[in-house]
Amino acid sequence: MKSAQFDSRFGPYLLLLPQMAVISIFFLWPAAEAVWASFFLEDPFFGTRVFVGLENYVTALTSDDYARAAWFTVIFTAVVTLATLGIGMWLAVAADNVLRGNNTYKTLLMWVYAIAPPVAGLIGVMLFDQHIGPLVDFVALFGHEMQVGVSWWDTAIAMMIVASWKQIPYTFIFVLSGLQSIPNSVREAAAIDCRSSIRRFWTVIFPLLAPTTFFLMIVNITYALFETFGIIDLMVKGEPGNNPKTLVYKVYLDGFRGNDLGGSSAQSVILMILVLALTIVQFRLIERRIHYS
Amino acid sequence: MDRRSFIALTGATALSTTLPRMAHAADATKITLWHAMGGRLGEVVNEIATRFNADQSAAMLEPAYKGGYEDTLTSVIAAFRAGEHPNIAQVFDAGAATIIGAPGAVAAAEDLLAETGVAFDPNDYIDGVRYFYADSAGKMIGMPFNSSTPILYYNEDALKKAGVTPPKTWEEFQEIAPKLKEAGYVPLAQSHLPWIFTENFFSRHNLQFATNNNGFDGAEGTKLLINTPEIKMHFARVKEWLDAGLFGFYGTGWNDNQAAFETGKAAMWLGSSGSFGGLLKSTNFPFSATFLPYWKEITEQPYSTFIGGAALFALSGKPAEENRATAEFFKYLSSPEIQYYWHKETGYVPITKAAYEMAKMDGHYERFPAAEIGILQLNERAGEWTRGYRLGYYVQIRDVMNREYGRIFSGETDVDTAFATIESEANALLDRFARTTG
Repeated sequence: MKSAQFDSRFGPYLLLLPQMAVISIFFLWPAAEAVWASFFLEDPFFGTRVFVGLENYVTALTSDDYARAAWFTVIFTAVVTLATLGIGMWLAVAADNVLRGNNTYKTLLMWVYAIAPPVAGLIGVMLFDQHIGPLVDFVALFGHEMQVGVSWWDTAIAMMIVASWKQIPYTFIFVLSGLQSIPNSVREAAAIDCRSSIRRFWTVIFPLLAPTTFFLMIVNITYALFETFGIIDLMVKGEPGNNPKTLVYKVYLDGFRGNDLGGSSAQSVILMILVLALTIVQFRLIERRIHYS
Repeated sequence: MDRRSFIALTGATALSTTLPRMAHAADATKITLWHAMGGRLGEVVNEIATRFNADQSAAMLEPAYKGGYEDTLTSVIAAFRAGEHPNIAQVFDAGAATIIGAPGAVAAAEDLLAETGVAFDPNDYIDGVRYFYADSAGKMIGMPFNSSTPILYYNEDALKKAGVTPPKTWEEFQEIAPKLKEAGYVPLAQSHLPWIFTENFFSRHNLQFATNNNGFDGAEGTKLLINTPEIKMHFARVKEWLDAGLFGFYGTGWNDNQAAFETGKAAMWLGSSGSFGGLLKSTNFPFSATFLPYWKEITEQPYSTFIGGAALFALSGKPAEENRATAEFFKYLSSPEIQYYWHKETGYVPITKAAYEMAKMDGHYERFPAAEIGILQLNERAGEWTRGYRLGYYVQIRDVMNREYGRIFSGETDVDTAFATIESEANALLDRFARTTG
């Protein structure tokens, strides 16, 4: 291979330009705006600003409401990520073993993914409605009166169920294709060595799926943190009340519902830092132990 | 949201974009109105626009539904900053401080009418309505539009079955509630704790709600007087009722609580006088309404309640001929015929004395006695603290109240702690707001 592939020194930069432009316009510029706005108190109509230094950060980080939202975000993200990974993987393994009608099962399991988050939220609202919700009637059989919108935990559980349900097919698709890329010879060799299919899964198949699992974990964490907004907004019916809320939803509430742009910007900068830290941790620590073939 | 109102909502959205455009004339001055009236209310707004457009040819009004009250205000602000705002924006009671507190964003309705030579007399308007959207000097900034006040609806069958009459005071409620429970009903539900059990609690008992003349005299240094014995007593009792099965709480959402009444589960329900039109369609039992109860131990005789609902604000930065069209529309809107139509179809209070007289003459209140409750309650004796309130970041303050009230009801916190929290968080928000306008 030739060492000089570009005639001009500027060639590579020119080719990078479109990508850099996209990143600058859609990420760097708004991010810089948010950082800048987070140091001010802003009048919503005219944007006249009063410099307040780090006050917006202090206000957010010392508020009980913010602490509660952060706590819920951690639980919500952990539960949704693990539930989607676990159930999605289980369904994929099961579907992989099915010999007859394979495609029908797969299609049925996948098509939930085509539902947009707000629609999923609306379905959740109806299923968990206090007066007419079928799932509320179902839970009542076990002697629990489920009150979504009144009880914090009932609402939290309903949100987690709807958010997980929506994301399971995504996990399913990726794990299934991961399973199909494992060579048959490996499976057959394992089958000779060990009779227990469960043990074979954990010692042979699961490690071979590690790159897929790692990727899905990152994607699902991002999903739970950011893309569940539509579901949450619909399930609380626009009234936060005493309902659980994630940090992203709180950014929206304070900024767009409450018109406190400075405070909301500070919260989104905090989120940005969290995500940055999370990404570094994931890639530095976890990826080291995972081997892509 | 139940299915019915969802369908009504989507239907109204579709209608709002098509209906008024069918009427006409290319050379008419186009003006836009962004509103938050969904469902049946949106249909009535469209009908008023259609009538206005048919009635004259100089101006053409295009109404657009922008979601709930909060969403509408947010859309208006975003559009204002981009210079693409509508001529008229409907802003609700809790958002009044935000829009009035931004000097230069709004052209005062009174000035607009005067400048364009449209006749205007503040005394045409009923008292309660006149002050809420006025500045501290009494000049009308917003044009009152859908004005409502909280009233008590009751299921006549349920009360007959229990052998009780609707309560005038909370003391009477405590007497009759066990009988309603025995008859198999949840005695009482309500749809908006900050509005009905907080703001109007202060007005009904003529208690000061905030310093600086309830906030009208300026945002700086305004403090909410919420951590006070009377309201804490009220919430302590409500929590007792809840625990004893005498009060039903179905969350912060308006419809979840209204549904309890509509399905016949709750015998009485505190809602808006503007809910009347909707209830006529959604209930299949005879219902009527009476005044918002008060505590006799606080005041012997009750005072009038605050006006709720929303007003129309003419936004600044529009060409003179459009402002003229806006003023014409304001005038048309407050004409007795349109006011009476709006009142009759929705249950919102007529804002002018003439419209109220017209409704009386027409025998509307003989047919529907419940429809008069709202306006009678607003016309009860006024007190020092019944004019209204003007508080910044009030949407967030209401959210804080809703959160803490929910925590009281679920037993996560007690009344003393909850009100101390509301006080400190609300005052911190008021202080932040004062600094954005300063």
